[in-house]
Amino acid sequence: MLDTMIEGVIAFMLIAGGAFAFIGSLGLTHLKDFYMRLHGPSKTTTLGVGCTLIGALIYFSREDGPVIQELLITIFAFITAPVSAHMLAKSALHHKLKPDPRTRGNPVELESERPRHTIEEAPQGDSPLP
Amino acid sequence: MIDMALWIALALFCAAIVLNFYRAVVGPSLPDRILAVDTMYMNSIALIVLFGIWLNSKDYFEAALLIAMLGFVSTIAVCKYLLRGDIIE
Repeated sequence: MLDTMIEGVIAFMLIAGGAFAFIGSLGLTHLKDFYMRLHGPSKTTTLGVGCTLIGALIYFSREDGPVIQELLITIFAFITAPVSAHMLAKSALHHKLKPDPRTRGNPVELESERPRHTIEEAPQGDSPLP
Repeated sequence: MIDMALWIALALFCAAIVLNFYRAVVGPSLPDRILAVDTMYMNSIALIVLFGIWLNSKDYFEAALLIAMLGFVSTIAVCKYLLRGDIIE
């Protein structure tokens, strides 16, 4: 009984991890500009890989005591993903990549590129929904 | 039950890597390509761990940990190069 429950938890973790990673990569492919595309991989894929690693941890801890190497990789991934996302955003702002015209607000680095406007009078743009 | 979940997860991660490869080839700008490769190594870590489960062997975690560390360092190095035009000043 307990064995079946643990197997169910492992299977759920593996499928949830795969689904999260796939949705993150789908966002990387389908969203409109770089600043939107940064969201999918840096949040969703990290969660998916973390779920898979925790499923592997439970799988290998079943027989002979707890195994913690997978936890090491999980913690490392969760620490480093925001750092690399921050560096990628900084380099994208440095290269002055064009944001989608419907994006509200202006970062300081793109000030010269776009007219300043408030949230109420933001242009609607003519790009179709992603 | 685990066997079937393993196959589903493997198929999802392979599809994710194919989508990342598409973005790495098409991606209009350089940060897009770096982001795609970054996501690709994250997905390959999960693929290696799933392969270890499939073979019922614990020997693949060192490889996954090495990929995680080298991938992070290389992403930061390329971003630094794009930002400053130099890696070690």
